[in-house]
Amino acid sequence: MTLLAEKPNPTAKSNPSAVRGGLLDPHQLWRSLPDAVRKLDPRTLWRNPVMFIVEVGAVFTTVLSITDPSTLSWTITVWLWLTVVFANLAEAVAEGRGKAQAATLRAAKQDTMARLRDGGLIPAAELKQGDIVVAEAGDIIPGDGDVIDGIASVDESAITGESAPVIRESGGDRSAVTGGTRVLSDRIVIRITQKPGESFVDRMIALVEGANRQKTPNEIALNILLAALTIIFLLSVVTLQPLAIFSKAWQAAAPDTQAINAHGVTGIVLVSLIVCLIPTTIGALLSAIGIAGMDRLVQRNVLAMSGRAVEAAGDVNTLLLDKTGTITLGNRQAAEFVPVNGVSERELADAAQLSSLADETPEGRSIVVLAKNEFGLREREPGLMSDATFVPFTAQTRMSGVDIGGRQIRKGAAAAVLKWARSGSDEVAEIVDRISASGGTPLVVAENDRVLGVIHLKDVVKEGMRARFDEMRRMGIRTVMITGDNPRTAKAIADEAGVDDFLAEATPEDKLAYIRKEQEGGRLVAMTGDGTNDAPALAQADVGVAMNTGTSAAKEAGNMVDLDSDPTKLIEIVEIGKQLLITRGALTTFSITNDIAKYFAIIPAMFAGVYPGLDTLNVMRLHSPGSAILSAVIFNALVIVALIPLALRGVRYTPAGASALLRRNLWIYGLGGVIAPFLGIKLIDLLVQFIPGI
Amino acid sequence: MAGWLFVISLVVALVAAYRPFGDYLYRAITSTRNLRGEKLIYRLVGVDANAEQTWGVYARSVLAFSAVSILFLYLFLRVQNKLWLALGVPQMNTHVSWNTAVSFVTNTNWQAYAGESALGHLVQMAGLAVQNFVSAGVGIAVAVAFIRGFASKGLGNFWVDLTRITLRVLLPICVVATLVFMVAGAVQNLSGGTDVTTLTGATQHITGGPVASQEAIKELGTNGGGFYNVNSAHPFENPTTWTNWLQIFLILLIPFSLPRVFGRMVGQNRQGYAIVAVMAVLAIASVALTIGFELHGGGTVPQAVGSAMEGKEVRFGIPDSATFAAATTLTSTGAVNSFHDSYTPFGGMMPIVNMMLGEVAPGGVGSGLYGLLILATITVFVAGLMVGRTPEYLGKKIGAREMKLASLYFLVTPALVLIGAAAAFATGNNSTALNTGPHGLSEVLYAFTSAANNNGSAFGGITVNTPWWDTALGLAMLLGRFLPLVLVLALAGSLARQKPNPESEGTLPTHQPLFVGMVVGVTVVLVALTFLPALALGPIAEGLS
Repeated sequence: MTLLAEKPNPTAKSNPSAVRGGLLDPHQLWRSLPDAVRKLDPRTLWRNPVMFIVEVGAVFTTVLSITDPSTLSWTITVWLWLTVVFANLAEAVAEGRGKAQAATLRAAKQDTMARLRDGGLIPAAELKQGDIVVAEAGDIIPGDGDVIDGIASVDESAITGESAPVIRESGGDRSAVTGGTRVLSDRIVIRITQKPGESFVDRMIALVEGANRQKTPNEIALNILLAALTIIFLLSVVTLQPLAIFSKAWQAAAPDTQAINAHGVTGIVLVSLIVCLIPTTIGALLSAIGIAGMDRLVQRNVLAMSGRAVEAAGDVNTLLLDKTGTITLGNRQAAEFVPVNGVSERELADAAQLSSLADETPEGRSIVVLAKNEFGLREREPGLMSDATFVPFTAQTRMSGVDIGGRQIRKGAAAAVLKWARSGSDEVAEIVDRISASGGTPLVVAENDRVLGVIHLKDVVKEGMRARFDEMRRMGIRTVMITGDNPRTAKAIADEAGVDDFLAEATPEDKLAYIRKEQEGGRLVAMTGDGTNDAPALAQADVGVAMNTGTSAAKEAGNMVDLDSDPTKLIEIVEIGKQLLITRGALTTFSITNDIAKYFAIIPAMFAGVYPGLDTLNVMRLHSPGSAILSAVIFNALVIVALIPLALRGVRYTPAGASALLRRNLWIYGLGGVIAPFLGIKLIDLLVQFIPGI
Repeated sequence: MAGWLFVISLVVALVAAYRPFGDYLYRAITSTRNLRGEKLIYRLVGVDANAEQTWGVYARSVLAFSAVSILFLYLFLRVQNKLWLALGVPQMNTHVSWNTAVSFVTNTNWQAYAGESALGHLVQMAGLAVQNFVSAGVGIAVAVAFIRGFASKGLGNFWVDLTRITLRVLLPICVVATLVFMVAGAVQNLSGGTDVTTLTGATQHITGGPVASQEAIKELGTNGGGFYNVNSAHPFENPTTWTNWLQIFLILLIPFSLPRVFGRMVGQNRQGYAIVAVMAVLAIASVALTIGFELHGGGTVPQAVGSAMEGKEVRFGIPDSATFAAATTLTSTGAVNSFHDSYTPFGGMMPIVNMMLGEVAPGGVGSGLYGLLILATITVFVAGLMVGRTPEYLGKKIGAREMKLASLYFLVTPALVLIGAAAAFATGNNSTALNTGPHGLSEVLYAFTSAANNNGSAFGGITVNTPWWDTALGLAMLLGRFLPLVLVLALAGSLARQKPNPESEGTLPTHQPLFVGMVVGVTVVLVALTFLPALALGPIAEGLS
């Protein structure tokens, strides 16, 4: 049993919009600037086709500005370079947060020496799979492995950030230890399970740094769309040139402007138009969104082994949740005293309390608490009652109790207590059946040969879970409760908690079969697990979240690890996955709708010199062709910086059905994307018109 | 008033036809029974009617069939002067023959010749009219295969689809329509023409020919190639206002009813309603704008006389002509009953914009539906991300491969239009245009927009039977038809491979008004963004001067 399990549950706070993000520290922008400049290297930039085109354009205008310098050309050139730098900055800032985390992790890893069981001392980095090492109080555990002998308390704060120590012992589901954590007491013998350089901490470092970040399926698909749009706009601008030359030649009397002359539209303006039209906003922020999405999971102490898993989390149709610890509080609690044979409820409570004073199980404690709450029966310290003899629970007697003077009080399983008291009645049997049928556990209380009544123990569903499941249903996700209870008990709890389905008396094979069945129907399944016997199901699930307290096998099988070992977090993971996709979609919409305003700025600026009638399209009444084009370029660059916080934080996500989400995001990012640039470009134009020569 | 009645009665008739005619199409296409005549054809061609084709085989069948058709038609045109019913017309030269062969096989019906003086009756009937049927059949077949990609595992069999659509749908309706046109006064004979002396004493040659039969399939199959050079403005092709109404109805009948087939085949009629709603919104807006621009358009003469009557038949008037212009360019028909070149600048821009939309509202037979479904797929992708799931359309995931094919589809026609127009100016071939300045630019832009989108209508005012124009437009038609078609079939194959995902509350609903509005928005915005610079130098510059 770990101490972590007693942490207050974060989901107990009933906050409907559960997904929050880290805030952006403005200093981070500044600190990431060198990285952003370094990323101008075309060899790395070409992986982002949209920004690569901008860079090529910037090089081109630089050359033009050198050969034919003017205020306009140099100003535009500077802003085109800034556009690329801003895009790199977004990525650098997102990566920077991970790097800080990686540095902490590395510190824990360095200079550890491993003590082999046979007495040798070797650097931890040289450990191989199957080596047996010993760790004592004060030692850093040299590598990932399973405890094969001993028990120890371990400080895992280096990876979980949680300072309370956890217990690790040989055998069972608490045997896994992680390299880089510290033994606080006792001595354990560990069999190393990692390959050199592939420890959990190594993987964590790689993940938070985004070192081997691969594009996720949706990201690839979106990149294809962005590339297609880029090609379209490139074509539409490049093919414009012969048409422009033709038009200018026809209106030969029209004077040359900064935008158009006998050779057609000037190179500076053509490049500006291309850069403004291609989807630079989403192109610049796309990778930052992906990195930040992983980062948001890390902030919640969840490690996703791949971005693919995070995306899959957003697509999940079915959530398999363990009953105990996720849906219900860990233990059963006394809910009601049901007296029989004319006994008063208070008398029953008194006897039940006496019999439970020495019972340190959570069930026993809850009986004492209920007696106190219902009847004001003060707790009596067992030590103060010198004449009392407490009878502990054993598997043979299946009851516990107390002997005080002539009173012998026992409580326990119905059959055992009734046998002990050598009495019974239909009334008792009926109550026992009723409690069982409702999913509770009946405990019969008897004094000497008289049955006093029954204590109703029930599973207590965590506060707020029902609302949470309703929310899931609105999001189109089915929740399934997994329990070892019998179907009757399981159904009662499932009804109370409001889950859609349950799997009772579940064996690991049942879980695996259930997941396969769901997947057959095209559904994506997410589950949590910790034991070795969960491993096949974790591997089969589309999103398998292993608890950090669990076994190495479970952690290996899942595609995410929850360092807090909080099964409820699965719900948050789903929300983060959805938020990631929504952020991409919203910024894509924003990016595309922005183009409308840019056309109203640039087309009249380009051609009103040839056809004065086109000035009608200059609805923003921009100062001059030069200022209009420059304003559009500046807006295009600044909007990237303005949206970096949004990209890192993710758009606000409130659990809701698809229609509601679409409506909301379409209004904000679609309509906002149409309106914002009209205002932005006009404002910038009001400023840049004062630059001499524009 | 009469104009309103004309448009509203058309809308009512199309709405009334949607369910029964759509269901008829559905039954013809999905029937499990082969008619005796069909069995005979399958045996002759050597096809197993029950064999499902993969997308690759389906695509190869389409391409092979079309390649043979082009070759056959080309040779036919080259030797037509030596054949029966040639009426003494001269041999057609190589570039016009190539252009015409490609044009009719691609369902474009761009005409680089004048029908009455360049073609004999035999090639009109056995060459062009045959292609009018089968090129329409190919379009519908591909659309049906695409729907099957959403609806099931297999894409069906091209030969079966083509045969059934031709025999069960196109032929019977055309027989009826031909008789109706004959009753109304359209010509139908094999005469070589009559010379008459007019009232003023001059001699006039009055042509005859199998006009009414050509007319029926010209409209029903959204082909548009007229028997006469002036197309549906000729009284022998389109004698009265009500035949004008009927022609527009026939143009729109199949394209507007195919969404019903889509809805039924995917098992959700509401999906068909959503698609037809997108088509209807765009079409009604376009018709209203075109009529509006023509009635209240700028320009000295139109404002003086109250409307822009230049280039329009007096017997039709403004609304009936503008509606025809919109209908013919909203579909891939390209028949005309008035001269788009003479429209007001903005009125003339509307047909160009209609074609630039990709002819999806409702579009050519088959091609309109698959074009719109591609746009819906792109919309689903962006909208799907915004609801926080991997985008799905009708349970099929829109992943990287699907986006690649959809994006390429979307790239093809704009690229052909823009590169073609730019090439015409860069090489100086725009000089054959009647006008210069913005109107001349519109004429060139129109020609490539029409060819690449397989429309076939001409703005006019441009001499296009030069080798350069015939070759360039021929290429635009060829690539504009078959590249998208192969991409659509590839996408169908990729969708058919997927196991459908069950629908849930979290799935993007693709049948609600919000989605319909979004598809309309995506269609208009994408087109506006692509073509606005070019349009600014053409009709917009002209209209705002």
